[in-house]
Amino acid sequence: MRWALDNLGLLGQLTIAHARLAIVPVAVALLLALPLGALAHRVPPLRGTLLGLAGLLYTIPSLALFVLLPPMLGIPYLSDLNVIIALTLYALALLVRTVTEALESVPPDAVASARAIGYNGTSIFLAVQLPLAGPVLLAGLRVATVSTVSMVTVGALIGVSSLGSLFTDGLQRRIVPEVLTGVVLTALLALLLDVLLQLAGRVLMPWLRAERAVATA
Amino acid sequence: MIEFEGVTKRYSSASGAAVDDFSLVVPRGTTTVLVGSSGCGKTTLLRMVNRMVDPTRGRVLLDGEDVAGRDPVALRRSVGYVMQNSGLLPHRTAAQNVAVVPRLAGRDRAAARSRSLELLELVGLDPELADRYPAQLSGGQQQRVGVARGLAAEGDVLLMDEPFGAVDPVVRGELQHELLRIQRELSRTILFITHDVEEAFLLGEEVVILSRGGHVEQRGTPADVLAAPANEFVAAFVGAHRRDRRLRVDERDGVRLVVDGRDRPLGVLTDEAP
Repeated sequence: MRWALDNLGLLGQLTIAHARLAIVPVAVALLLALPLGALAHRVPPLRGTLLGLAGLLYTIPSLALFVLLPPMLGIPYLSDLNVIIALTLYALALLVRTVTEALESVPPDAVASARAIGYNGTSIFLAVQLPLAGPVLLAGLRVATVSTVSMVTVGALIGVSSLGSLFTDGLQRRIVPEVLTGVVLTALLALLLDVLLQLAGRVLMPWLRAERAVATA
Repeated sequence: MIEFEGVTKRYSSASGAAVDDFSLVVPRGTTTVLVGSSGCGKTTLLRMVNRMVDPTRGRVLLDGEDVAGRDPVALRRSVGYVMQNSGLLPHRTAAQNVAVVPRLAGRDRAAARSRSLELLELVGLDPELADRYPAQLSGGQQQRVGVARGLAAEGDVLLMDEPFGAVDPVVRGELQHELLRIQRELSRTILFITHDVEEAFLLGEEVVILSRGGHVEQRGTPADVLAAPANEFVAAFVGAHRRDRRLRVDERDGVRLVVDGRDRPLGVLTDEAP
């Protein structure tokens, strides 16, 4: 506790850096996963291939990816971009499956009725399928966010600053409170982002509360 | 006016025709009911009107114009559609579900909302329920919203795909009479499908009895069909031989009672016009 209070400035900086390294990849991955998941959903023959590739991508060890990406992409090892790209790939691997399954969870009746009253393809996707896929999408997004927050710490091994730096630094200098502070703050950050996502879900999907209230009544 | 001209639909070349050489005219402002068991092609026929299904052969005309030449999305926006289980969007309130139709037709939010509330009132939905989500409404209330949404289309045609099939008999009766009242007010051109003969006789000015492959066994007013079933299939389907359909008059103390084939009294015969 004492160690943490003496280093508040550093902890603040690292937390912000960490949050950025986690949020950007998840956001970019979501944007990429939406069209890919929609494709897998709409073209059944592609479903297996796309989800298979996504699963395979997730099996690459993160440290290996951090080391392999810079020479492949021509970026420096020590750049945030390296970590951001690698983590985007992992989040994408999770979210392509999430988006596909979320779209599959949409009641076919709702889609058929939207079509019957004159929604076109794009508006069915944006105004009907996407919101109704919301609950499954949100669940997957929460998993991807929490797992990305924890994977950011691995970046510290190649020297990209985050709360993970507290592990490497604390280990080298044998400062146990530093390592513990890193663990606690990483967990708190994951928790905070998770709560924010849940709140966003509640605001964006007000009908779910109505449905739940009816189900429990 | 809806016209089917020699319409055939095959879903694949190997299978038989879902609908084979079907023709029908639904005059403007009237209700025609297609009635038949599942597999008779009635849903396929209904969906050809708004191009949810395109015929393999033949034409469907709306007010004389071949629907094949129309943009499907624009066509669907102008044709009302009510389906079984209401087909409401679960993430939109009752009022929003109806307002979607004028919104898609290009009306602004306020105009769509007021049109929606007007239609919900017309179908007899308590205004307090307008801002509830479908899950918070009973089956009958959801179906009222579904009918209001069907009526929101600006064209005069209303397609109804077994709209009252999933609600309990009491509510179904209410909804059927509500539809008759609305139809007296609005005179839409309604094509209604059901497997329930009683419903067909109640709602249809003309009924078309279908067997497999969209084959027309008989068409006519309910009275025509009941008075002279064209064949055994129709007689069995409408229950012409059923004891509760064979009514006779039984005079008691000068009062003419109408009784059914099991001697159950159904009412009193009078000379007064209704």
